[in-house]
Amino acid sequence: MIRLTGGDWDLAEECAQDAFAQALQKWPGAGVPDQPLAWLTTTARHRAIDRMRRASAEAAKLREVAAMEPVPRYASDSEIPDERLELMFTCCHPSLNLDAQVALTLRSLSGLSTAEIARAFLVPEPTMGQRLFRAKQKVAHAGIPFRVPPPHLLPERLPAVLHVLYLLFNQGYGEPQEPRLAREAIRLARVLAVLMPDEPEAHGMLALMLLHDARRPARVGADGDLVPLDEQDRSLWDEAQIAEGSVILERVLRRRRAGPFQIQAAIAACHASAPAAAQTDWPQIVGLYGQLARVAPSVIVDLNRAVAIGMADGPEAALPLVDAITATGQLDRYYLLHATRADLLRRAGRTAEAAVSYRRAAGLAPTEAERRFLRNRLARRPGGGSAAADGGPGGP
Amino acid sequence: MKYLMLVCTDPGYTPGQDDGAPDVDNWVADMDGKGIRIMGNRTRPASDATTVRVRNREVLLTDGPYAETKDLIAGFDILECADLDEAIDVASKHPMAWAGAIELRPFWPDGED
Repeated sequence: MIRLTGGDWDLAEECAQDAFAQALQKWPGAGVPDQPLAWLTTTARHRAIDRMRRASAEAAKLREVAAMEPVPRYASDSEIPDERLELMFTCCHPSLNLDAQVALTLRSLSGLSTAEIARAFLVPEPTMGQRLFRAKQKVAHAGIPFRVPPPHLLPERLPAVLHVLYLLFNQGYGEPQEPRLAREAIRLARVLAVLMPDEPEAHGMLALMLLHDARRPARVGADGDLVPLDEQDRSLWDEAQIAEGSVILERVLRRRRAGPFQIQAAIAACHASAPAAAQTDWPQIVGLYGQLARVAPSVIVDLNRAVAIGMADGPEAALPLVDAITATGQLDRYYLLHATRADLLRRAGRTAEAAVSYRRAAGLAPTEAERRFLRNRLARRPGGGSAAADGGPGGP
Repeated sequence: MKYLMLVCTDPGYTPGQDDGAPDVDNWVADMDGKGIRIMGNRTRPASDATTVRVRNREVLLTDGPYAETKDLIAGFDILECADLDEAIDVASKHPMAWAGAIELRPFWPDGED
């Protein structure tokens, strides 16, 4: 699209989003077309021509766009066997910092809103708006070309593309009854794993997604409410998918080049292999989060490690860790921090304090399903149960 | 597009890593030949620099560079390139990209506010 609009990034982005919006409107009723991507490209191109005509853009530019043939499925010098993945690699230009690459790619290619991307990065929407604006400015001002990178330059762009797929998957995970985004992320991760067989993290990513997505059938109850991990009917889990994810993970871990996505997949595998919630190997999960904190330190990892410690050693062991994270103020607007705290307090018998944290969490939760889950927790009395409605892989 | 290519030293660089670094004279001849390098030169060290400011209509001079940084400008080139990818390719072939650092600054286009 950016080629179509003669480098006008904003116009290209708007038209692509219009096309996605139309698809969301039409496809559920009319059915998904045989070639969804071609449909999107054509729709976006028509929209671009329309917009330029209406904006009475220079006649020359208009003729140029109208005459342009659809982007060939396989560019002659490209090895990427999927147009969408190719666009992601193209968008992730290393002259932008990693976060900017990821945010710009999500905004331009996945149809995610600025608000959704802001939430994925745990920053306020205006901050993300500013970052996207700066990134687009640099693309225009510094002359960053929209060009498919040659094969030898793909590895340096891989971390950004993996993050894009990861956040795409997470976005889909928050809405278990809406599997489209997660399915697309898994499809692209499969293509990527075949394309880059020597990159352990590409395989780790695929395993991570498969293991998490396998729980989908058990994550929503008959009443439409989210079911937390420890209350899920494990017979509903997709065993074949768990087996596939586990095999991929075991094979890649043997290369002994464990990165953050492989470690997270190993954590997911611990859950997937426990026959019952009570048999979960929490000490091992604590250890894996410790390893993750060393290779990819983040406050989210610290929070997840505290949750695991709460399960392995009891809420009293975890509360000081969570209080220390709360004191940094970094995750003040992250609902899972408050939900975690609420859960630990409830299990420690500090019901009144727990209620305050549940209300705070419910006020910050991004989806109605999650808000309802937290309100139900609030109504419940002390006992077992977990903090989150199987929140999935978690933040970046 | 025109780019200012600032050629800088890197105090964190330890010699011995520059095996196979290209020769600067070859780089200049190559880029001049391709019409990419419009002009350029080495510059005298920061200790020879003078910084000029006018405040309240008074010319204030500082002996030394504008900003005290560890990385120092050692020279510059002006490039005419199709896009940033080409400019990065050109910069990466300069020996100081191997032993120092190179900053690429796009020119502000004529006629744009």
